[in-house]
Amino acid sequence: MRIEHYLIENARLNREKTALIAGKRRLTYADMDELSDRLAASLTAAGVRRDDRVLVFMDNCWEAAVSIFAVLKAGATFSPINASTKADKLAYIIGDCEAAAIITQAKLAPIAAEAKAMAGAQSLFVAATSAANGATPEGAASFEECLKADRTASAHGGIDVDLAMLVYTSGSTGRPKGVMMTHRNVDAAAQSITTYLENRADDIILNVLPLAFDYGLYQLIMTMRLGATLVLEKSFAFPQAIFERIREEKVTGFPLVPTMAAMILQMRDLEPGFLPSLRYLTNTAAALPPPHIARLRELFPGARLYSMYGLTECKRCTYLPPAELDRRPGSVGIAIPNTEAFVLDDDGNPAPPGVPGELVIRGPHVMQGYWRNDEATARMLRPGRNPWEKLLHTGDLFRVDEEGFLYFVGRKDDIIKTRGEKVAPKEVEAVLHNHPGIAEAVVVGVPDAVLGHAIGAVVVLSDPALTERDIIRHCAGQLEDFMVPKIVEFRDELPKTDTGKVSRRLAAETMEPIQ
Amino acid sequence: MTDTIKSKVKHFIVENFLFGDASQAPADNASLIENDIIDSTGVLELVAFIEEHFAIAMSDADIVPANLDSLDRIAAFVAARSSTGQVEAAE
Repeated sequence: MRIEHYLIENARLNREKTALIAGKRRLTYADMDELSDRLAASLTAAGVRRDDRVLVFMDNCWEAAVSIFAVLKAGATFSPINASTKADKLAYIIGDCEAAAIITQAKLAPIAAEAKAMAGAQSLFVAATSAANGATPEGAASFEECLKADRTASAHGGIDVDLAMLVYTSGSTGRPKGVMMTHRNVDAAAQSITTYLENRADDIILNVLPLAFDYGLYQLIMTMRLGATLVLEKSFAFPQAIFERIREEKVTGFPLVPTMAAMILQMRDLEPGFLPSLRYLTNTAAALPPPHIARLRELFPGARLYSMYGLTECKRCTYLPPAELDRRPGSVGIAIPNTEAFVLDDDGNPAPPGVPGELVIRGPHVMQGYWRNDEATARMLRPGRNPWEKLLHTGDLFRVDEEGFLYFVGRKDDIIKTRGEKVAPKEVEAVLHNHPGIAEAVVVGVPDAVLGHAIGAVVVLSDPALTERDIIRHCAGQLEDFMVPKIVEFRDELPKTDTGKVSRRLAAETMEPIQ
Repeated sequence: MTDTIKSKVKHFIVENFLFGDASQAPADNASLIENDIIDSTGVLELVAFIEEHFAIAMSDADIVPANLDSLDRIAAFVAARSSTGQVEAAE
């Protein structure tokens, strides 16, 4: 099934049911269906065709949800872009996927315009929401006007093996890679996840995670599939405000990342059972420390807690059935329904219990590959059990216990997980290296109680006047927020191996811990 | 007093979240979250700063947008908490 049919079907069956609540705006399924139809017609009129790529460069607002479904209704492929993305990277993505259009917000329109110019993409169609004073950003079509187009019958002819989305992830070479997901991939993942979470049409899910992060994005997709309700919030900066939303809207499902759990656990005045409407909480991106699991269970006694693991390339790999939490709190569980997950040694044989190996995934949720990047695709997707399929080699080191439950051990490569998001050190180093005052730099993950790992940079200066703050500011101007180093250490030279190669491992070992 | 508080908080925000770039400083009534000045962990740093610098103990219930999501709101909150005028910024 194509993803937009979730919305179309529910608009037919549950017209007046609330689909989306974002701030003060409430949209029914009928509203969402109509608005996305009109925007799809505008995109088509602007020249967007079947299989074209359309970037949705927005924060967590209702317009982003409508845009995603409008792109699909136009027969095109959407690519969600983090709202803190800077012009340079956005220009790269515009060029890489040859985007036909970008849908954005007034506050981000200057960055979109700069990226369009940098990419030399004259024909790129830009639609932007109006500023608070009602003005449409320069060079952009008015998003609000786009919502006034006549509804027309869809005629793109696309089917569910076409690409639904292209999700850019941090690449180990320093440039982001577009993960290709068909409608069928997305549907398989959404079906599997909603099955083990025991989701229902009367679920009310609160999402603070960016829609540009697949964990956040799937909250929208799964809600539409279930005919449930999504409460969309922009951030978890004020947990009390989010808890108030949970109470007001009687939220039943609350997805977390470890950083949010750490923030909740730092709060002083919470009483067990303070959010009685919650039926379940989920955690993914990185495993929660067992003491955090124990405390969460105390605070949310009526809710099931799911420890899960995944990566964008297949959306989700594993989940721990809540009944197993007491027995193996450090495990991220078993393969999600209708998929397989196994741990292989370097020779491709199953690793015995307790012995680390690479986590390999098989199933209908595995990506089609990286957009126009055969080399990276060949590293991750390798021949499988049957000639017509590929297995996903995750690059994650795992071990199994005697009963087949999986445990995360570490990464095979240098990828840093911070705040639940993946950061390739090379991407940050590339930005450091383009500063004229920096001779050499290496980027490492530094353990941090709230972030999981913080981004740390070890730097050799060619301009001795540079300060830590100068360097962080330089990075903040070119990288998404979560990629910006939190700490910078200065050295006379970088730690090197005996063969003279810069060693990330040695750098990490000699980095001062965060106070 | 509010103006002094405000300028101290503004200085903290510029130094810590804008890395010293005062040209990006938010208007006094602008939302710090909406304008991407601070994120989730930034709020924790802001709370630590207020507690330490103005000797105010903040409960969970105080850490809400109404008290903290703009310079004006922070200044009003801090001033109200120190309305006796006895709370001096610890230099």
